[in-house]
Amino acid sequence: MRNVLYLLTGVLFGIALTKGEAISWFRIQEMFHFDSFHMYGIFMTAVPVAALSIFTMRKLQKRTLDGDLIQIPDKKFHRGIIPGSLIFGFGWALTGACPGPIYAQIGSGYSVSIVTLLAALAGTWTYGVLQKYLG
Amino acid sequence: MKTLYEPWPWYIAGPVIGITAAVLLYIGNKRLGVSSTLRHICAACLPSSGIPLFGYDWRKELWSLFFITGIILGGFIGGYLLADPLPVNISSDTSDYLRSKGVDVEKGGLLPAALFSWENLASPQGLLLIVAGGFLVGFGTRYAQGCTSGHGIFGLATFQWPSLVATVSFFAGGILFSHFVLPWILTL
Repeated sequence: MRNVLYLLTGVLFGIALTKGEAISWFRIQEMFHFDSFHMYGIFMTAVPVAALSIFTMRKLQKRTLDGDLIQIPDKKFHRGIIPGSLIFGFGWALTGACPGPIYAQIGSGYSVSIVTLLAALAGTWTYGVLQKYLG
Repeated sequence: MKTLYEPWPWYIAGPVIGITAAVLLYIGNKRLGVSSTLRHICAACLPSSGIPLFGYDWRKELWSLFFITGIILGGFIGGYLLADPLPVNISSDTSDYLRSKGVDVEKGGLLPAALFSWENLASPQGLLLIVAGGFLVGFGTRYAQGCTSGHGIFGLATFQWPSLVATVSFFAGGILFSHFVLPWILTL
């Protein structure tokens, strides 16, 4: 069952986010104040490790468990990228959490983060309602 | 890492996070991204809303709901069962700054308990940090079609230039709010 594998990958991702303190509000403020290398170190190792492993898999024409070739569709630039990302950044500074960490905070026992999640769902739903005006 | 309770240094946590992007592709061509799960939950909970953004078969994205269930479990293992009893070891500059704004930096925990608690939820601070903050995260990530994982890690790792624009923008937004809006909220 593939879904169990996705769940286990999520467990690994969640433990790394939590133990790496990337879900910590304190670490996020420290990052935005450029007071420590910690969070930048996480990004600056996560991105090259992902890039190198994905590049190698594609170079070797490694297939997925279902036997398909790995496909990565291009992300297209759209006019929501800059305003949307800025707005997300505002929220990230306040909650100290981007979407992955919201889930990990809930698991860590910060039950009030369920409200953060519900508010994020309300935000996503509101974007859905306003999408035709925002493009 | 002397014990399982200690936090991981960046050079362990970062590579593990990076590897998960490759693992998801290897399992079934899935692209790392968490904010899309907010959309799938909306689509699952409001099936006939008539909103185009939610008018698709979310069951095809079921894998990602298993993935986030895993993240919750990972948080439980890393942040509850193996919780570090000591306060987060942030730099003295940050702790001095936060202390000057009235934040308790000695109490321990990943979040300041006095701010992120059910008791504080209905206060102006709680409403702004938790409710307004969460709303902005959900609104902004969908508007930008991605978050830290989808743009910041997967997008950058696959050399997608729109993701670089997104990453620079959400850091700009975060720096702006952390420096100029958060201090005001903390003194309310």
